[in-house]
Amino acid sequence: MKLEIKNVSYQYTKDGRKILEDFCLTVEHTERVGLIAPSGYGKTTLCKLLSGYLLPDKGEILVDGHPLASYQGYCPIQMVWQQPELAVNPRLRMREVLLEGDEVEERIVRGLGIEEDWLNRFPSELSGGELQRFCIARALGKRTKFLLADEITTMLDLITQSQIWHFLLQEVQKRGIGLLAVSHSQPLLEQICTRQVRLEKQ
Amino acid sequence: MSEKKKTEQTPILKIEHMNITFTQYDRGMRQTELPVIRNLDVEVHAGEMVAVVGSSGSGKSLLAHGVMGVLPYNASMGGRILYCGEELTKQRIERLRGNEIVLVPQSIAYLNPLMKIGSQICKGSKDEKVKRKLRDIFARYSLKPEVEELYPFELSGGMNRRILISTALIEEPKLVIADEPTPGLDLKMAKRAMEHFRELADMGAGVLVITHDLELALETADRIAVFYAGTTLEEATVSDFEREETLRHPYSKALWRAMPKNGFGFVSGEQPYVKDLPGGCPFAPRCGRCTEECRKGEIPSREIRGGRVRCLHLEESFAE
Repeated sequence: MKLEIKNVSYQYTKDGRKILEDFCLTVEHTERVGLIAPSGYGKTTLCKLLSGYLLPDKGEILVDGHPLASYQGYCPIQMVWQQPELAVNPRLRMREVLLEGDEVEERIVRGLGIEEDWLNRFPSELSGGELQRFCIARALGKRTKFLLADEITTMLDLITQSQIWHFLLQEVQKRGIGLLAVSHSQPLLEQICTRQVRLEKQ
Repeated sequence: MSEKKKTEQTPILKIEHMNITFTQYDRGMRQTELPVIRNLDVEVHAGEMVAVVGSSGSGKSLLAHGVMGVLPYNASMGGRILYCGEELTKQRIERLRGNEIVLVPQSIAYLNPLMKIGSQICKGSKDEKVKRKLRDIFARYSLKPEVEELYPFELSGGMNRRILISTALIEEPKLVIADEPTPGLDLKMAKRAMEHFRELADMGAGVLVITHDLELALETADRIAVFYAGTTLEEATVSDFEREETLRHPYSKALWRAMPKNGFGFVSGEQPYVKDLPGGCPFAPRCGRCTEECRKGEIPSREIRGGRVRCLHLEESFAE
């Protein structure tokens, strides 16, 4: 399976800055690609385009040769955000947050170290590291083919970061999920990725 | 600054056995006590930058609020805070905060959204001297003079960060406390923000930076206080973090090993939630060296090789 980004351009306002112009990238499902760039270079925008939250002005995004928009319902490309506090509904208990995913397996929930007791809590009753585990579990649903990780561990301490990445690497390798990881930390990307891409200023 | 000179002076800020407890309503009228910070010790000298490093949700921000005397009404604080050798009482902090002791808060949400940047930093003063000083500060942080006439929402994240630091600089602070100055900034901006605090220390102030980013703190600070589950487990110099062997506490060692450049290893488990903290060492449930003694009673803080640590098993790990 292949994720192809072909000549994608995007700008937020009509005469605003071009965030991405003619951007091309191909990611195989066996690959783990690290994306590195200073802020304002369009890393998060690219992730939003790939996970279907935004539509490109020009160009196409193909999954397995089909345009992303042709996948009805569950999007095969799932994104995990930088700030988990902002990525969960504060009024849902964590058990319900997990149900937003695509039949998330018990194995994943266990593997991420989520404790039974946390399922009954509200997001405000968990720390950032604990919440981020839920967000990752939610993104690893049955039909997920590619995972986008946008600085998912910058807010966490080093041990939690290492814990989470060890599990994620094992999981994506086992299920053949392609990974696109955004981070500003070169040593981290060297640990987790098979190849790195640097975004250039337009 | 040489090691010797440091010990000769009285520290600008010395926190001894700080405890912060929240009183909460549990169910109905039942009240529970939530000990968020227990037995915290930290020292800051003039010209020194100390980083308190701990993961998010461990209660680090409360440390800053505790020193500044701006804790919420349902919190109570115990222990001793000494400022320049004298106890920092409620009256004293109320007099000193905002001029000698300044807090650089976590986010721009602490700025008044309805007040222009210029008058906000000068606290409404129309004095020419203050205005000139503001322009100097702006020049130093490469902010344009026009910024004075803008409102906080019109500025970018990095600019607002510099505004927050400017608010601290308009006075001549002896002690600067910075609460998470870097989140949401990319590496280059974050480094620059930390360098601003380094400059403040180099100008002679004592700087206490509270952060979750150990790697960043190691680049700019002089000393690191490792904060875990509401307490400081170790105080070490930055150079101690170069090798695992020079670190003292098993948690600091685990942090070291978890750095991507040092092998990316991890210990399982989670930082305990304040409601169910274990007795004794808070790291005991995840520690390989843990014994019966670690789980009961308080672990005293000990001085060893120029740093401080709360661990019972040092002799074994440092058979030198």
